[in-house]
Amino acid sequence: MSGSPVQADRYGAYGGRYVPETLIPALDELAAAYAEALADPAFLAEVDHLSANYVGRPTPLYRARRFEAEAGVAPVYLKREDLNHTGAHKINNTVGQALLAGRMGKPRIIAETGAGQHGVATATACALFDLECVVYMGAEDIERQSLNVYRMELLGAEVRPVESGTRTLKDATNEALRDWVTNVRDTHYIIGSVVGPHPFPLIVRDFQAVIGREARRQIQAVEGRLPASVVACVGGGSNAMGMFHAFVGDEGVALIGVEAAGDGLGSGRSSAPLSEGRPGVLHGSLSYLLQDADGQIAPAHSVAAGLDYPGVGPEHSHLMDTGRARYVSVEDGAAERAFRALPGLEGIIPALETAHALAWVAEAGRRGEIEAPVAICLSGRGDKDVVHVSRLGDGGRGPESGGAGAGESQAGPGS
Amino acid sequence: MSGPPPGRIGARFEALAAQGRRGFIPYVTTGYPSLAHTRELVAGLAEGGADVIELGIPFSDPMADGPTIQRSSQGALDQGTTVDDVFDVLAELRRASDVPVVIFSYLNPVFSRGVETFVREAIEAGADGVLPTDLPLGADPELEAGLLESRLDLVRLAAPTTTPERVAQIARSSQGFVYYIARTGVTGARRELRGELAREVGAVRSVSSLPVAVGFGVSTAEHARAVGAAADAAVVGSALVDRLDEGGVAGALALARELREALDEVG
Ligand SMILES: Cc1ncc(COP(=O)(O)O)c(C=O)c1O
Repeated sequence: MSGSPVQADRYGAYGGRYVPETLIPALDELAAAYAEALADPAFLAEVDHLSANYVGRPTPLYRARRFEAEAGVAPVYLKREDLNHTGAHKINNTVGQALLAGRMGKPRIIAETGAGQHGVATATACALFDLECVVYMGAEDIERQSLNVYRMELLGAEVRPVESGTRTLKDATNEALRDWVTNVRDTHYIIGSVVGPHPFPLIVRDFQAVIGREARRQIQAVEGRLPASVVACVGGGSNAMGMFHAFVGDEGVALIGVEAAGDGLGSGRSSAPLSEGRPGVLHGSLSYLLQDADGQIAPAHSVAAGLDYPGVGPEHSHLMDTGRARYVSVEDGAAERAFRALPGLEGIIPALETAHALAWVAEAGRRGEIEAPVAICLSGRGDKDVVHVSRLGDGGRGPESGGAGAGESQAGPGS
Repeated sequence: MSGPPPGRIGARFEALAAQGRRGFIPYVTTGYPSLAHTRELVAGLAEGGADVIELGIPFSDPMADGPTIQRSSQGALDQGTTVDDVFDVLAELRRASDVPVVIFSYLNPVFSRGVETFVREAIEAGADGVLPTDLPLGADPELEAGLLESRLDLVRLAAPTTTPERVAQIARSSQGFVYYIARTGVTGARRELRGELAREVGAVRSVSSLPVAVGFGVSTAEHARAVGAAADAAVVGSALVDRLDEGGVAGALALARELREALDEVG
């Protein structure tokens, strides 16, 4: 791998380290350990070795011809992060951070998880490196992602249910931060997305940037050119940042992040802070945020547990404000339809999170509003969602309802 | 360092020092279990010997707080408590009392209002200081400058994990007093205080020209005496909230009296 020098703690105005004083030394220690690791060829070689031999990289870039026919845009390539060990992009980050924990001599790991994919990826890395592992998960998410709870336990992790607040990812993150404040001396917090205080957004992005580096090379090999559009779903924003990073300097490549609109923008039940939030401070960084007029964090909602979060990584806020990336959103129903459509078209069951990106491309393709070639980050596989979606009934199977569900971001000059 | 003229907080600590007494600093979650309770409680605390009151703005995501203050914060928000309510409670208290008041908040409610507006409204209501839990030294120099240059004291926190060099920087930059966090962890009542506390507080006092208050876990008269022996003031939060749940305002005020008396046994 290669990484960015650890320098500024901000992306434009966004990011920073808004945490209790107790955590400052641990963040300093982590930034220093990361800088040292980047300068150590043995560390970089070990990350590369594990990527190739354990995670299963490079992942394929697959041309989805039947999806193209449905969407009316071609070519469309899927970057197959679902084929990573454990079934999502999350493991790119957890293997790297677990190695960092080892370098810092921290025997205990904590993590938060929404969909359970980050929890599984963390539990996996902890098994691999023989680290103690505690995963915080909202009680509602434990219900809707029960398969992953069982996987984490098999892998030797302790899953602690979080009953406070909205009982989802936000509250799991609060609880993980409280654990870290209490046990910071022997514990490393493997945060699961490009969120949190500096240097987390930078470290997670660097470990995920392998996605875009590979995709860029792969599409050039088959198409002889760069993609016109690069698309990814955005929860905290790690698969999107990982996919975007290698293309940020390529002015001709449109970067499109797809947020979860839940029941719809303006319904009060969405997870789309870039589309309808405003800047604020949560979980250690300044970024767009769903909040009320008094600065209280508003509850988020999405059918996809991994997107069900009121905040977003600070680098996305910067990319939106500068106009370099564009952020759109997709409602629950459209995402569920995309989740049900892809298996029959391509033999691939996508995660509900990923289905948001697929739904937006299909919709934009039908409207002729997306330029090809398109590269979509297929961030994870959907085994974990099968039970939950089957319980939702066939509400999502109905006929396409004239564009309802896929919407443009209203907020910010970048949309 | 605190700009001249010394505000109410500085004056209060000077008076305490002159009398050889230790300060008592109760924390209150505004709006829990109701605004009426908070009004009665802060009035009683002001009369009953509080030297500074930490008036808390409840926040939806209190990541530095344990179960007790999570519960009181959520309870206050369920009651619909707003930042305006906090200022109203303060303004009413101010009509009856001169007790110094520090607004205790997570950063986002302050940030959301705009720091300038927040500071102006807080001063109008009668606040003397502000203590943002998630604004450590150096996190946001521009925002910090806005608070440091205002007439509100910016009270800074130091923790057991803070390096000695950083403790010195925090002590130099804090205003009113320095808040030393008694343990590595979140807020919440505890049975025991840590044995190393006295030595650590001594280290903070040796580099600080400001008074040092100690909080997080201080719950009983015995704790108050131990803190009083080492520091200039004791902050008590979760234990008061717990007592408020068990015995109402009268119960919380009874605990406050006990703690006040315990601190006066030191000196
Ligand atoms: C498959 C998959 N995609 C996307 C996400 C959203 O996270 P991020 O935006 O950090 O990629 C998750 C989170 O759990 C996930 O499991």
